[in-house]
Amino acid sequence: MSMVKISIDGRQVEADKGEYLLGVARRNGSDIPTLCHNDQVSPDGRCRLCMCEIRWEPAGRSRLVTSCLYPVDEGLIVETRSDKVMLVRRTVLELLLARNPEADGLSELAKEHGIEKSRYGADTDFGKCILCGLCVRACREVVGVEALGFWMRGVYKKVGPAFAEPSAVCIGCGACAFVCPTGHIVMSESGDERKIWGKSFKMEKCGKCGRFWAPKFELEWMSRKTGVGYEKLTVCPDCR
Amino acid sequence: MDFKNIQAESKAQYEKRLNPDKPVIYVGAATCGMAAGAGELLKMLPDTLKTLNVDAEVIKVGCIGPCCFEPLVDIQKPGKPRISYQSVNPRKLKTILEDYLLKDNPHPELALGIVGDGKLDGIPLFFDHQMLKKQMRVALRNCGFIDPNRIEDYIARGGYTALEKALKMKPEDIIESMKRSGLRGRGGGGFATGKKWDSVRKAEGKIKYILCNGDEGDPGAFMDRSTMEGDPHSILEGMIIAAYAISKGKSPAQGFFYVRNEYPLAVANLLIAMDQARKTGFLGKNIMGSGFDFDVQINRGGGAFVCGESSALMRSLEGRPGEPRAKYIHASDKGLWDQPTNLNNVETYACVPEIINRGPDWFAGIGTKGSKGTKVFSLVGKVKNSGLVEVPMGVTLRDMVFTVGGGIKNDKKFKAIQTGGPSGGVIPEKLIDMPVDFDELVKAGSMMGSGAMIVMDETDCMVDIALYYVKFLEEESCGKCVPCREGLRRMKDILTKISEGKGSMDDVTTLEELGRAMAIGSLCGLGQSAPAPVLSTITYFREEYEAHVKEKRCPAGVCTSLITFTIDPKTCNGCHLCEIHCPTGSAKGEKKKLHTIKQDICIKCGICFDVCNQDAVIKK
Repeated sequence: MSMVKISIDGRQVEADKGEYLLGVARRNGSDIPTLCHNDQVSPDGRCRLCMCEIRWEPAGRSRLVTSCLYPVDEGLIVETRSDKVMLVRRTVLELLLARNPEADGLSELAKEHGIEKSRYGADTDFGKCILCGLCVRACREVVGVEALGFWMRGVYKKVGPAFAEPSAVCIGCGACAFVCPTGHIVMSESGDERKIWGKSFKMEKCGKCGRFWAPKFELEWMSRKTGVGYEKLTVCPDCR
Repeated sequence: MDFKNIQAESKAQYEKRLNPDKPVIYVGAATCGMAAGAGELLKMLPDTLKTLNVDAEVIKVGCIGPCCFEPLVDIQKPGKPRISYQSVNPRKLKTILEDYLLKDNPHPELALGIVGDGKLDGIPLFFDHQMLKKQMRVALRNCGFIDPNRIEDYIARGGYTALEKALKMKPEDIIESMKRSGLRGRGGGGFATGKKWDSVRKAEGKIKYILCNGDEGDPGAFMDRSTMEGDPHSILEGMIIAAYAISKGKSPAQGFFYVRNEYPLAVANLLIAMDQARKTGFLGKNIMGSGFDFDVQINRGGGAFVCGESSALMRSLEGRPGEPRAKYIHASDKGLWDQPTNLNNVETYACVPEIINRGPDWFAGIGTKGSKGTKVFSLVGKVKNSGLVEVPMGVTLRDMVFTVGGGIKNDKKFKAIQTGGPSGGVIPEKLIDMPVDFDELVKAGSMMGSGAMIVMDETDCMVDIALYYVKFLEEESCGKCVPCREGLRRMKDILTKISEGKGSMDDVTTLEELGRAMAIGSLCGLGQSAPAPVLSTITYFREEYEAHVKEKRCPAGVCTSLITFTIDPKTCNGCHLCEIHCPTGSAKGEKKKLHTIKQDICIKCGICFDVCNQDAVIKK
């Protein structure tokens, strides 16, 4: 991979050609907010918070790009907080705040951008889900299960298992709940039972410390995938 | 059989129909004709002809353009020209058949014109009609002339000669020709076709996909439907040429038609055309003996407007939800299943054979500096002549409305023209002398889009129009990115408020701010252009927004919350018509005495206003 020189907010920095702009900018100290980004899954460009204004000399005409998806190239000039960028960020935050006033961390992020209250009202029927799709990507790309997906479209778009019924393939690993930025996905545990997306899982005890730590279904699935015997998988990470 | 023989045979067949030894009856049987009643005519024709004891050939043809005159039936008697009759109903058809076929009275008063050559007293030439005179038919060259289900008709009119020629050319030379012709994508984006083909050719991949976008979904647009229904082979030929130019000597190629499922006749005709092309050796293995292989499949869209967007269309073809993705990596490098993909619109492909046959310079000689060739428009709304028209690029909007369109219906005043589909802008009268051109339309805050033109008159409210399009787009937004999904919904809420007289000028400011953010912040073209109807109406018709907000008044008399219907005591003659038609019983009165409208139960449907023949109902 060849190195390229680019300019971010007036600073000259180096990056691998084709590397996504968001990572480069963050590495070099630019504070770019995101809601649908996680380094462990592929970028998707849903939340639009990471947009930056780019241009090339000498052509000069600038445009906004989603930095999480934009591959950098030699001579790129980037502004991470231009007027246009801030207009989009404020608009996105104000719109999301109206949709999900309860979402974890959203009102704080909005406040940082000068939004105390959304002009668009406050919905009550969308829970905390901002449709960032992190759960869908984590389930597909990290876990390799594809128990989650989107259905419907537009405002009515929803996320969850197919037909909103307990999924046959979900292994109860909880990666979706872990990655959810707003606390929408609730995973509850009591005794030897874990509940998520309307499905219950029996938990396995750690062979050493004895605490319930992972769904049996998940460990069976891992055993099948890796060829490692089930018994060897029953030890919890703390005791390994 | 080699191509020369097929051609000779097809031509002989076609010539025979042009100079028939028995009467030939052409019925416009595209969806527009069928909707106007052509189905009934087709059903009665065999029996009627039998009763009259006439042996005649009945041929179903595609749409020839002037949909406002449908159903169109053309009759050609041996040795006579082909006469086109307009607005034919069963009774009229019977009269014409009886009087013309048996008694030689062609009924000039019912005729629209003579199609093709020939003269007959009292009947003008079809293509001299005001709606058709300015037209130049390239993409629509065969629509309405050929039976779309007969490959012979297409071949007889020069079909597949371009493919024959292209297969003997170097792929690079074909691409060079496309570049020289200046052809730009007709689906909306206006990207240079030759340049696109070139990048797909140069991209490395196991296979090259050649896609045709027939997912036309703009309200009021039906250009592609008519082409697919009326001349499917022209599109297919364009696609095969594209496939050859892009993939020959590089990698295999596979084609897909993506056609919306709401176009069943287009799907049926395309399937027949593909089958015939395969049987004749234009599709499949070793095309026309050249050693080049290519085949096409058809996929039907599930009804999402956004799937007309290129990257969403590809996801949909892959079997995934139709969501667009960022195009920093182009489809020409990684498109369908991450392979190099060429996606063109129906009309773009339909132009290709003509460019190959007549040469790129011929095509480049038509149109304006930045927009070459011709463009098909569906001209609809408040114009007298509505339908499908193909004109050279660069004609003015004034020509479109007042010459081709014949002016405004019922002699109302022209107000605005909306171009480019739901996410295009509204262009006011002061800009109506501007030429129709990709770049000029963008400068005016609208776009070419796929070519829908909706004409509005003084009775159209611009707030209501903006609300209509925003509602449409809100329903069709895929919901992937925040500005489009949430922004459109809030725009709808605010516009509804304004149309109900509950808005403030701050709301208008919010609309503008939100619109600007959506235009630069949305992921795909749908979201980026979605605020155009709102922003352009605010720019050009700000006074109408102000009337709704400040005076709580809808100047066009459309927004029901802001209008009332009353009866003028001086003019009402008590004819009772309003009471008979009023659906809620709010218009009441004794016969021959003054009628009144009870405001508390009036739903403001406006029927009383429409039926009163004394103009006594006042809308305010």
